Amino acid sequence: MSAMQVVSAGALTLAQDLGRGHLLRQGISVSGAADRGAHALGQRLCANAPGAASLENTLGGLCLRALSACVVAVTGADVDLRVDGVGVGSNAAFVLPADAVLSLGQVRRGLRAYVSVRGGFNVTPILGSRSRDTLGGIGPLPFSAGDIVPIGNQNVGQAWFEVVPVPNFEENPTLFLRPGPHDDALDELGWHQLEHTQWTIDPASNRIGVRLNASPLPVGAGELPSFAVLPGCVQLPASGLPIILGPDAGVTGGYPVLGVIGQRDLDRLAQARPGDHLRLRRLHSVPAPRLLRSL
Amino acid sequence: MEWRLYGGVGVLVELENPAAVLRWCAAIDSSPLDMDARPGWQSVLVTSPMPTATLIDALGSLEYASSVVEPGVMPREFAVPVVYNGEDLQVVADSTGLSVEAVVSLHTRALYTVVFLGFSRAFPYLSGLDPALWIPRRAIPRARVPAGSVAIAAGQTGIYPQPSPGGWHLLGQCALAFFDERNDPPSSLQPGDHVRFVAT
Repeated sequence: MSAMQVVSAGALTLAQDLGRGHLLRQGISVSGAADRGAHALGQRLCANAPGAASLENTLGGLCLRALSACVVAVTGADVDLRVDGVGVGSNAAFVLPADAVLSLGQVRRGLRAYVSVRGGFNVTPILGSRSRDTLGGIGPLPFSAGDIVPIGNQNVGQAWFEVVPVPNFEENPTLFLRPGPHDDALDELGWHQLEHTQWTIDPASNRIGVRLNASPLPVGAGELPSFAVLPGCVQLPASGLPIILGPDAGVTGGYPVLGVIGQRDLDRLAQARPGDHLRLRRLHSVPAPRLLRSL
Repeated sequence: MEWRLYGGVGVLVELENPAAVLRWCAAIDSSPLDMDARPGWQSVLVTSPMPTATLIDALGSLEYASSVVEPGVMPREFAVPVVYNGEDLQVVADSTGLSVEAVVSLHTRALYTVVFLGFSRAFPYLSGLDPALWIPRRAIPRARVPAGSVAIAAGQTGIYPQPSPGGWHLLGQCALAFFDERNDPPSSLQPGDHVRFVAT
């Protein structure tokens, strides 16, 4: 059986795939890769099935030893990537010889890097997924030094050894939110403030939610009876400081939801670090409908 | 019934009571249209690949269907032994003007219904709490509530499936035997099931 050994895991390294979206009604968070695009690119480079698992490393520091030769690709954050000390490039598959050590050093830009391997990391699936749900405590534990990570056989074609162009990391990205269901929790002045504030990402942010700091928004409505929420929901808690829900957020919540951010923007958010800035803009894609109506 | 657009995801239908949530979920599950239901306490998020306008048009027929729908499966009844030694028993008694014994008696007398599994790790939200036990959430949530805690807040009762932060008032403790991640579905308590708490 081919496998890799964790030499060091860095601050946080988790197995992630596309998650448990089939169990939302069972009260199970969707989880899965925080940057879905970077994870998916890694699977394509290694010619894996889309549902294969990668290793999601936050802020570098992950070192892996190949116990047998394998094909790997690193995507996501721009990280100082080396094989036995020699620099290699991200966003392309390459052969990692047996006993070679792949190391993710300093992260130059972004936050989360994804290590994919041809065949996929074959940790034991729980409830149909190999993802670690950090809120529900479901799935493989965070990796630590010495762990052996088996490699599976979820490969479906030829790996891609050329570098694939990826979008640059944007400083101060603007994320677009589609309003609703509780966009009436802010009046026009409140929305003006939301859209014209340079928000700072709070250090308490994680896969459950990204907390934003600046002057608090005016808060009217308190808590609501629990209702269904999903990653990308922009919550307005009593503090007046918005929280953008991440992949491990609970499936229901009680704070007003001002709007929802789409997956592409969530991918960009997954690469924003504590202290980074971002802006939020309302997206009016349809002629402004009346948002609350009675049938 | 009122509804709210949900940021391009679907439509949040707001309902009068938790019983309507179960009926709406059954109506959506048995509908021939391509729709999914995401239940809450008094609401259902209806998602669909259909255009939102089409989805909104379908709400009227769903409202009718929810009034005539038959539950698909027979609800089961679970008797849950509870040790009533919760940290907030006295707070609940003081706030409701009842004695601790009366709080326990009211909590064990009712037959509860699982409305939905939510938050994280299949937290069961139960309806049927005696209105005399209505108490708001704690002003400051606890940083850590032990797994198996039986708690009440805002007219709801539930069982914490894992240690987590929590803002509900703790009445007691039960052995957790509802969740097994080796099963699919992992929770043996399912929406529509009945729960009775038994003081031990």
